[in-house]
Amino acid sequence: MNKYGKFAILMAIIVGSLSFLAYSGIQGSTSYYKTIPELRKMGNSAQSRHIRVSGNVQGDSIVREAGLVKFNLVEEKETLRVAYEGRDPLPDTFRDGAQALADGRLGPDNVFHATEIQAKCASKYAPKPGMAPDQLQPGAKPAVMTSPMRSSL
Amino acid sequence: MENVGALALLLAFCISLYAIVASVAGRLGNKPFLTLSGERAVLAVWLLISTAAGILIYSLMTGDMRMAYVASHTNRAMPKFYKFAAWWGGQEGSLLFWSWILSTYGAVVVLTGRGKHRMLMPWVVAILSSVQIFFLTLNAFVVSPFQVLALDRVVTSVPDGMGLNPLLQYWAMVIHPPMLYLGYVGFAVPFAFAMASLISKAPGDSWIHTTRRWTIVTWLFQGTGIMLGSAWAYHVLGWGGYWMWDPVENASLLPWLAATAFLHSVMMQEKKGMMKVWNMVLIAATFFLCIYGTFLTRSGIISSVHAFAESPIGKYFVGFLAIGIAATVWLILDRLDYLKSEAELESVVSRESSFLFNNLILLASCFAVLWGTMFPVLSEKFSTEKISLDAVWFNRLMVPIGLFLLFLTGVGPLFAWRRTSMESLRKNFQWPGIGMLVVVAALYAGGMRYPYSIISLGLCFFVLATIFMEFFRGSRAINEKTNVGLIPAMIELTHRNTRRYGGYLVHMGMVLMFIGWSGHPFNQTAIGEVNKGDTMRVGSYLLKVADLTQGETSDYQWDTAILEVSKNGKSLGILEPTRRFYKIAQQGTAEVALRTRLNEDLYINYAARVGDKATLQAYVFPLVTWIWVGVVVLIGGTFVCLVPSKVARSYPRTEVVGIAKTNAPVKV
Repeated sequence: MNKYGKFAILMAIIVGSLSFLAYSGIQGSTSYYKTIPELRKMGNSAQSRHIRVSGNVQGDSIVREAGLVKFNLVEEKETLRVAYEGRDPLPDTFRDGAQALADGRLGPDNVFHATEIQAKCASKYAPKPGMAPDQLQPGAKPAVMTSPMRSSL
Repeated sequence: MENVGALALLLAFCISLYAIVASVAGRLGNKPFLTLSGERAVLAVWLLISTAAGILIYSLMTGDMRMAYVASHTNRAMPKFYKFAAWWGGQEGSLLFWSWILSTYGAVVVLTGRGKHRMLMPWVVAILSSVQIFFLTLNAFVVSPFQVLALDRVVTSVPDGMGLNPLLQYWAMVIHPPMLYLGYVGFAVPFAFAMASLISKAPGDSWIHTTRRWTIVTWLFQGTGIMLGSAWAYHVLGWGGYWMWDPVENASLLPWLAATAFLHSVMMQEKKGMMKVWNMVLIAATFFLCIYGTFLTRSGIISSVHAFAESPIGKYFVGFLAIGIAATVWLILDRLDYLKSEAELESVVSRESSFLFNNLILLASCFAVLWGTMFPVLSEKFSTEKISLDAVWFNRLMVPIGLFLLFLTGVGPLFAWRRTSMESLRKNFQWPGIGMLVVVAALYAGGMRYPYSIISLGLCFFVLATIFMEFFRGSRAINEKTNVGLIPAMIELTHRNTRRYGGYLVHMGMVLMFIGWSGHPFNQTAIGEVNKGDTMRVGSYLLKVADLTQGETSDYQWDTAILEVSKNGKSLGILEPTRRFYKIAQQGTAEVALRTRLNEDLYINYAARVGDKATLQAYVFPLVTWIWVGVVVLIGGTFVCLVPSKVARSYPRTEVVGIAKTNAPVKV
């Protein structure tokens, strides 16, 4: 066999086995991103899948019980009841009003049973619209940000 | 004053445009004065951007709360150190920081290179300025850092700003972004030189020699930045992990992987004149992955634990990437003739082939990470469902890739160029190979059952043995000839060929990191709700709660558990994990208690207080310290690579045209 044949075979083996690993690995480790309205629309099929749903933690909805944290996620005016049953304590960023990502399954009781919660770490790349702090909203009118070039016109 | 800053950015934009026009026109029309003015324009751009940056920093330091950027990223109580760091803490500022680093690099290139590369420089200036124009467009027109707060078109101010997330108030987190940016931006320079040499059809590999140090330093910055982020996650976040395949982490890893492939494959071009097209592709890929990484972290197309606001700049990045990649591909295709290879592959067991496989594997890992990161976006496009892949998938793929790479690290450098004889294989690999089998057998006999860890530790031994043998053989030769001690001989050896032996040290750093990663399956965890007087066990450690205390400062409330730690009945002293709750930010942070030893870390996190009980998470992380030791060795090795070799090297090469040069062959 010539040397290029050897190279080709070796490379094919490497690339092939990696592709196999990548493809077969997809089964066990996918989770479906759903919004709360989408989750509602899915009906019973939602219960068979690993789902990742995001929303804002409703103010004052966090209830801590033994081994369980219950709270509501809100997105587009729809509310989802979530029960967090994971082992790890909740992240530092998890609190009222935070943006949270819950991993888990929807139960037959329509409660989302989460095994993992991520709360977005507020590294403040930019304030979310509508989440500007109170100081920035003097009076009724929201503060508008304008560039100096425009304001000096 | 903010108007001056914004004006400076506008002027910088115009002058960058001028720099492109002047250099290109000057080069094509052969008008040296025009090219010179193009080079000076680069310096002017640096001055202007520095002015803008200076104004932003001044506003941050003095707390000018009229400015939106200052108000949303600092508050008055913040230490000066963090106020300064707020420069790169937010979107607008960090883009300005990008521009500023790029302009600084541009100025350095012009000042150090203008005498040397008459033919290349105008193109380098033009390419760097084009990149600069893209970032200045963002800075000046899209996300200006100089926006002021206004109410009904009247400029207003706020009494105090929002401050910086307390989680980020940690030294590693302050220098982590600049390190990454120095890396991200730095690859623009080798890219510019590569493209310039393509455009002008410059003979030879001068662009590689010129930018070798530059590439290594940039690579070092990037790697250090990645590892600082990792160290921050481990020490601050309280979950004990150091890598979770988050999109932002992946974004920083991608260009680093491509650059690592580049650093290896340029050796093929330098020594054999092979893989010329490939190197062009690699450096371009590295550069565009840097832009892509910035795009990922700035555009919010992928959700991640790092918060990104949805922002309008995504489409600008897509546009820039599309134009840039299209232009590069066209340029390479158009100049294929000029990139002809000067030699052929001869054998599967050769240095050339090990480089080839090293590149294949690095690129495959790069592609895998890219694929996994983009999977939510791709699946949404093609199947309307947004599907994400978790860390299990990444590990499934990346662990075998990593192990194969580790194997190549051991064998590659010892294969001879062209082909390797059985005799040399036996000489180089007999003892390390036997040693590896002994290590594997011993680990298995010792009860270890994780195949990946066993393989990894076996390979680590193998690679370390080959590296030590290389150092030992080389220095013994010097030692016999000159009669100096073995240690001075080793230093002399390294000094003679810093590239080679520095490279070995870098490899050694990687091996040590693999040792650290191998400990991962043996992590032990315990979670307990404890009261004063309770005990809990993790691994062989016994933790006795001596006291639970709490208190308050002006910034935060704190809870501390005072734990008496013992192991097998022997007291090891006291650990005090603390939880803080910052009042203004309404945010908790963990002050993890760590007992670091070379064999394992005991890691205790005060997770929460429930009533009068404390929830403690205790972990034992075997071998994790070796990761950080490995990073230090890797950095040290990279510095060695940067020291000029004592013996100047030239490589015998077969040239495509004409008769082979008869350089005295240098045996390494």
